[in-house]
Amino acid sequence: MTSLPVDWLEKDRRKLRVDASAFSDKVYEALTAACAVVIPTLVIAIALAIFVAAWPAFSKLGLSILTSSDWDVAAGHFGAAPAVFGTLVSSAVALIIATPLAIGIAIFLSEFSPLWLRQPVGFLVDLLAAIPSVVYGVWGIFVLVPMLRSSVMPFLRDTLHLGSTPFFTGPAYGPSMLAAGIILAIMALPYISSVSREVLMAVPRSQREAALALGATRWEMIRDAVIPYAKSGIIGGIMLGLGRALGETMAVTMVIGNRLEISASLFAPGYTMASLIANQFSEATNDLQLSALMAVGAILFVITLIINAIARWLVWRVSKGQAA
Amino acid sequence: MESVEGSGRMKNARRRHLVSGVMIGLTYICAILATLPLLLILWHLMVKGASSISLAFFTHMPRPVGEPGGGMANAIVGTLILIGIASAIGLPIGIGAGLHLAEKKTTPLAQTTRFLADVLNGLPSIVMGIFAWQILVRPIGHFSALAGGVALGAMMIPLVTRTTEEMLLVVPTSLREAALALGYPKWRTSISIVLRTALAGIVTGALVAVARIAGETAPLLFTALGNQFWSTSIGQPIAALPLQIFVYANNAYEELHQLAWAGALVLISIVLVISLAARLVTRSRFGAAVD
Repeated sequence: MTSLPVDWLEKDRRKLRVDASAFSDKVYEALTAACAVVIPTLVIAIALAIFVAAWPAFSKLGLSILTSSDWDVAAGHFGAAPAVFGTLVSSAVALIIATPLAIGIAIFLSEFSPLWLRQPVGFLVDLLAAIPSVVYGVWGIFVLVPMLRSSVMPFLRDTLHLGSTPFFTGPAYGPSMLAAGIILAIMALPYISSVSREVLMAVPRSQREAALALGATRWEMIRDAVIPYAKSGIIGGIMLGLGRALGETMAVTMVIGNRLEISASLFAPGYTMASLIANQFSEATNDLQLSALMAVGAILFVITLIINAIARWLVWRVSKGQAA
Repeated sequence: MESVEGSGRMKNARRRHLVSGVMIGLTYICAILATLPLLLILWHLMVKGASSISLAFFTHMPRPVGEPGGGMANAIVGTLILIGIASAIGLPIGIGAGLHLAEKKTTPLAQTTRFLADVLNGLPSIVMGIFAWQILVRPIGHFSALAGGVALGAMMIPLVTRTTEEMLLVVPTSLREAALALGYPKWRTSISIVLRTALAGIVTGALVAVARIAGETAPLLFTALGNQFWSTSIGQPIAALPLQIFVYANNAYEELHQLAWAGALVLISIVLVISLAARLVTRSRFGAAVD
């Protein structure tokens, strides 16, 4: 047997195979890279599409979209200030209610909960994030709003005498900024608590042990050794919840009352940017109104983009262990 | 002197332990308060929704206002079609992007993509809705199931990308190295070794993403629009369960409110079944849930 030709054949074949696999590797890498490129492309496309559509409104109305509260479709006035105000206030109410609860439950789950409770309670809270927005809306309209109207609002206003402050005055219609704030609080809660729990769990054991060894009670350990360590991550979680609350549409649209007015009272109906788009977009009668609604969407897009970017950065800093 | 100081210290210690006990008790109360809304919502859905659910709800079409009965057959089918379109777009692109992120951890493209995927995940769904309207409804001139499916699919991409990446990173590097050492080409290593090992986790991620978009309403308002009639064409407006619930709940008629409750119960059942399936898939493979 002459070995030379076989060797030669084998070598050639191997070379061919290597070439083929190098080629298919290239194809594979190009394909996955193309999939990855879709995401930045999508972000740019969204930004472009919305800003192009919003441009006529921005150039014609200028800053008055943000500052004027005159929204008159027939007259061509589009001042969305009440909607911006409503978005900010309803989200603020949501955070005021949700933050202490969410941090409380995060501390409970990461520090004090009996082991057998940890999984089920954590699961229940996470489940809140899985409930569709429209289901919250249905519950809000038919359960929460009547309950607010018949008992909670009169209780706050008359029994607690909060009616003397500007925030809890006026007739209790039911659909109101308060209703929106409460629904948003329930919806933001799982986001804040799951991020907080994660960063609390990431605090090194030695922090806790050192505090206990110095004679701290269990609460002092949390307050002085654990929370300061996890602080920026928890703030990140709150901002993530804020991002959710700012952009939430359906549930809010169903309970906020949809009135374009600025009122200090949480009992008064209001409007948010997202619900303004949801209610008026498909019925927009002229191009300027469409463009103005696109402009409201563009503002919402930019605000949530910034909030989310900051939130991610804060959480990332803690999970990388760079926080002081 | 010393005994006074000692008793003061004792008192102080007792006070500190009392404060500690109260604060710990407060976290228990937080846990109860935080789970209360969920239980309340589920309970109301059961009570109010279950009484309106019948076989007709699943098999009949909506009746005109005033006529009793009727169902949401078209909306249930419409939601399934929308989920199908969204998955056809979101899953392959999301998994592909996840593979890329897991393999090229630190290239500029990977880092930008990872960050922007997180940003997209936080994007309000109504913004995705007006985006889809601008690129798919406005130029074509009419609403369509396709536009709704694209909006939902675009929401799925970043979700699937991030979970796929996370699941792939759990696969030990030694597996990949072993396959490469045996002469497997890189792409086959990625697909038939790494991806296969992480398959259960990726399926879980996909199911979670489907559960998330199944209940979305805002992106469909100006894209799929809703439809009172039977339609399965992707070029035409299509009914969807969340849209129908929204319309019925805002209506003045009591019968429609009943249907809205029933629809909400069906919708949340779909979402919860998919979420539970997601947990079970991972559990059966690894013996315990991943998260």
